[in-house]
Amino acid sequence: MPTVWVPAPWRDKLTGGAAQVEVSGETVRQVIEALEAEYPGFRQRIIDAEQDRVRADIAVSVDGEISAEGLRRKVSAASEVHFLPAMSGG
Amino acid sequence: MTTSGNGQIRDFGDRSYKVLGTRPIRHDGVDKVTGRAVYGADVQLPGLLYGQVLRSPHAHARIRSIDTSKAAALPGVRSVVTGADLPTPVATDEMIDLGEGPARIKYLRDNVLATDKALYRGHAVAAVAATSLHVAEEALSLIEIDYEVLPPAVDVLTSMKPDAPQIHDGMTTHVFGEDTGKQSNIAAQMRDELGDVEAGFAQASLTAETEVHTATVHQGYIEPHNGTAQWSQDGSLTIWTSTQGAFTAQKQIAAILGLAVGRVRVIPTEIGGGFGGKIPSYVEPAAAMLSKKTGQPVKIVMTRADTFEGTGPTPGSCVRVKIGVDAAGKLIAGQAWIAFESGAYPGCPVGAAAMCVFACYDFPNALVDSFDVVVNKPRSFAYRAPGSTHVAFAVEKVMDELAVKLGKDPVQFRLDNIAVEGTRRSDGVVYPRIGAKECLEVVRDSEHYKSALEGPNRGRGVALGYWFNVGLKSSVTASVNTDGTVQLVEGSTDIGGTRTSIAMQFAETLGLAASDINPSVGDTSTVGYTDVTGGSRVTYATGWAAYEAAQDVKAQMVVRAALVWEIDADQVEYEDGSFRTKDGSKRIGFKELAGKIDDTGGPVVGQGSVDPAAGVGGSFSANIADIEVDPDTGKVGILRFTAVQDAGKAIHPSYVEGQMQGGSVQGIGWGLNEEYSYTDEGRMANSTFLDYRIPTCLDLPMIETIIVEVPNPGHPYGVRGVGEASIAPPPAALSAAIKNAVGVDLVELPMRPDRIFTALSASNPTSVAAG
Repeated sequence: MPTVWVPAPWRDKLTGGAAQVEVSGETVRQVIEALEAEYPGFRQRIIDAEQDRVRADIAVSVDGEISAEGLRRKVSAASEVHFLPAMSGG
Repeated sequence: MTTSGNGQIRDFGDRSYKVLGTRPIRHDGVDKVTGRAVYGADVQLPGLLYGQVLRSPHAHARIRSIDTSKAAALPGVRSVVTGADLPTPVATDEMIDLGEGPARIKYLRDNVLATDKALYRGHAVAAVAATSLHVAEEALSLIEIDYEVLPPAVDVLTSMKPDAPQIHDGMTTHVFGEDTGKQSNIAAQMRDELGDVEAGFAQASLTAETEVHTATVHQGYIEPHNGTAQWSQDGSLTIWTSTQGAFTAQKQIAAILGLAVGRVRVIPTEIGGGFGGKIPSYVEPAAAMLSKKTGQPVKIVMTRADTFEGTGPTPGSCVRVKIGVDAAGKLIAGQAWIAFESGAYPGCPVGAAAMCVFACYDFPNALVDSFDVVVNKPRSFAYRAPGSTHVAFAVEKVMDELAVKLGKDPVQFRLDNIAVEGTRRSDGVVYPRIGAKECLEVVRDSEHYKSALEGPNRGRGVALGYWFNVGLKSSVTASVNTDGTVQLVEGSTDIGGTRTSIAMQFAETLGLAASDINPSVGDTSTVGYTDVTGGSRVTYATGWAAYEAAQDVKAQMVVRAALVWEIDADQVEYEDGSFRTKDGSKRIGFKELAGKIDDTGGPVVGQGSVDPAAGVGGSFSANIADIEVDPDTGKVGILRFTAVQDAGKAIHPSYVEGQMQGGSVQGIGWGLNEEYSYTDEGRMANSTFLDYRIPTCLDLPMIETIIVEVPNPGHPYGVRGVGEASIAPPPAALSAAIKNAVGVDLVELPMRPDRIFTALSASNPTSVAAG
């Protein structure tokens, strides 16, 4: 199952302090839904419900790559998923 | 190692190219050096009016009222606008994606023209359009504004205090997007945590730590911001502007003015530098509203003082770093506390700083806390590797101190702990193939590092820095001319010679010469969507789009060759600028075939659009700095400076060297000279280039360069992007050199002569007094 690296500020509130959790899913959306089912609170923190997309201030990294495909990004059973602050360059 | 042009190249790749790696003359060079290139201030239109902007004289003030009647009555004045003329966003928290990061529309709008409060000295509060610049200037003096002056908070630590003046009424702290409900000038905070930092420090046999302060500095582009707007009677809007991204400007302007994106056309003029500071729009929405009211085009060009006082500098900061090593000298724990001044509105690059702080090395345990803090300064925006220079200054100082305590060579100590493919950064992400190790090995083996540095008050320092680079969206269109040349329209504003570096990738793909390609920069109506020129992405992503466009052209031309020979297309192949039948019986060159396209179906137009979901390669930069301190004045003279950077494949080495040299010089400016000097009232006291000292050629030796080519496996030609990482290490390298020269450890940027002299006086009063 994909491994989700839980952002440090969310660990105590959502995963009982766990820094990594494994959940099922073949896309980022499915991973988030699986997280929500097991650890309620992930969905609202990550998804802009009105736009049905990852919130603008959050970036999703799958296997070390920031993904522009957002919720539709494919993940594999061996994937690492990270939720990071969106950032800019100069 | 090869030596060509100004510098050296160390190639770790195994591919050879015909066009890539050469140094053709830039396509836009003649227009640039003869003055024919059209910049924003050059734009002239029939009936053009001249706009001027009135700016707040106060760092923090409530706007009770604005009376524009006297200004509007001045002969020659055609219109006056204030914040009240801009539409109010439907939702105050609505965000737009500026390509490299999100921004809240309300903040963008309020930064263009203040409404209820002026949040920094220089904050725009009204704009005038008149028949001449002088009339517009006079009209500004007739605008009457009733301000309630409020106490300002102009530095990050002051603004973080619970009793600091509240800059935004009702602002609360968000922790990674979650509202804490706690009122504060700390807009956001974040924590990255890897492993167990407490346990790591418990195992450490040696620790070192520092607290550094970096100044607010400006991107310092030579060309001030400008914008010309023409609002047509059909409700469409055309903008000519100096911008790092026409489509990003289009999105911002449309959002601020409440227009559909398709009603706004943005035509990017040539750009006289940006470095991140020309991603946001400043004067264009005001020019547009003035044009809407008058029915005439309106041009606004900032002065240098406007640019300093009213546009995005990089944040000032306070950074604390502690690092521990085990008995073998391996890094075992790192902790950082990073607070950035966001300026008047939230959204500074402290998140990127947090991700960069320990990025060069392998830390098994790390804890990074970061804070985005509003202060009464211009809203900060991106500046070349945003956030990385601040934290490199802190981390590299500590790395040096540990090397000294361990009795190790500073380069070897870094190499012992360097990040490589597979290393996990403190934000959790695992590196793909990177070139940090190769950069440091090149430093270690360089003639510069091996050379002796002798003489009193002289010292050498080394440092390493990192920037992620980004991918994002790019588009290119290629039209084949009947003479075999190609018109290449690309969507990226050309700041650093990217017309040529993109054209070279197109030419390489088709086996043509770079001079056969005629590149130009399109606008929002003439080329596909393209994100900003920033994040070191253009040669990477737009170059990739050019590669795809060339493949498209190649496929179409294969069909044309098949038509000419009256055979099936699958019997034709292309190699090295020629089409041939697979049996080798027939051959035709690209140019000859191009002469037949009118008879074989008409125009051949290729296109490429990319949004790389993977493959972005980060870049590392290392410096060797030799300096001499004048003990009588504290002034630092740079004797020799070498920049080493991992470029992936250097498409046009001269431009790569230019980026390395330019970034290094800006980093040297951060290190030695540059800062916003503020009065207690929050007024910038040095808003001219006379008083804001960027380094000039008289201050510097030739910056020597060594390009390290560790190809990026995620790009067709191995490109990484080179525009940013080189600004990160110079302040740290200079700091180490100063410490090695005269024994003083400076923790505040810039390391001005008076600071060095004061530190020297404190450390060795007798020798300083004796001169």
